[in-house]
Amino acid sequence: MEGELALLGKYIGAGLATIGLGGAGIGVGHVAGNFLAGALRNPSAAASQTATLFVGIAFAEALGIFSFLIALLLMFAV
Amino acid sequence: MATGTEEHGGEAGGLAIHPMDQFIVKPLFRDIEPGTCVPADGITEGCVKWYEVTNVTLWMGIAVLVLIGLFVLSTRHRGIVPSRLQSVAELFYGFIHNMVEEVTGHEGAKFFPYVMTLFMFIFLANILGLIPMSFTTTSHIAVTAVLAMMVFLTVTLVGFWRKGIGFLSMFWVSSAPLILRPVLAVIEVISYFVRPLSHSIRLGGNLMAGHAVIKVFAGFAGVMGVASIVPIAGIAAVYGLEVLVAAVQAYVFTILTCVYLRDAVGDAHH
Repeated sequence: MEGELALLGKYIGAGLATIGLGGAGIGVGHVAGNFLAGALRNPSAAASQTATLFVGIAFAEALGIFSFLIALLLMFAV
Repeated sequence: MATGTEEHGGEAGGLAIHPMDQFIVKPLFRDIEPGTCVPADGITEGCVKWYEVTNVTLWMGIAVLVLIGLFVLSTRHRGIVPSRLQSVAELFYGFIHNMVEEVTGHEGAKFFPYVMTLFMFIFLANILGLIPMSFTTTSHIAVTAVLAMMVFLTVTLVGFWRKGIGFLSMFWVSSAPLILRPVLAVIEVISYFVRPLSHSIRLGGNLMAGHAVIKVFAGFAGVMGVASIVPIAGIAAVYGLEVLVAAVQAYVFTILTCVYLRDAVGDAHH
């Protein structure tokens, strides 16, 4: 019984952890959306800032990937 | 599962193939009996030994061979008007060279060979991992963690070597109000040491997630009969996205390496 309860908690926890990926989605969308808004105002400066765009997306995404990692740890390592 | 073909489903999760099975590291030259690796009970004949040639070794080797082959063949007959292969190699070279110069500055350009090697290896490993039945080496955090740790150690050592103790001033944000600086210093130190973690998890996690999604759809396709056209179309769409992810993640890993190197060699923080 206790083993099953732990399994239940493990799966529920893994599912809950993936909610964090929604935050990454919001963050990446925010970065990309603001880049597009800025790029449409001043298209000539946009090309030089794509590197910044990708760095920003990568940082926003990393925190979401952490929650994915927690889910993986719960599923396969706990 | 809707069509009632339950006999196709395995025990775990009801799918014909488990989506995480593709990431199992297997020795190339012997089969492993399931359940013969329980190190706690002293049963280790089914375990992968550290010296064994595995599918990871094979696909990393293929990536390195393709990389060497691409650059050796493309630069063998160099011409003013480049051949097709030469222009591919020049494209990669110019792209990475521009990136290193743009992000790390002129001082960082001497790290171009390292950054170029990193990019080409990750890019080729990602792309080769998209071949059906192949193995994505960069989806393993063990592989990406080594790559990220090398970057972290390079940045730390080069930073201390070039700036001495002044390298620590990057944690002391001089543009912030004085009262905030100790708080920011703590945050900066934590974020500095989280770098190799996030650097490796980003690459490994993205590829692992993408490939697992493809296999989940493939599992649906195996049990849905005629309706499996829907998951197959899904696989095609996700595969297209994965090609993009393979290139973008290699780019992101490399550009973050350049950003970190800028802290060590540049003067962006002063």
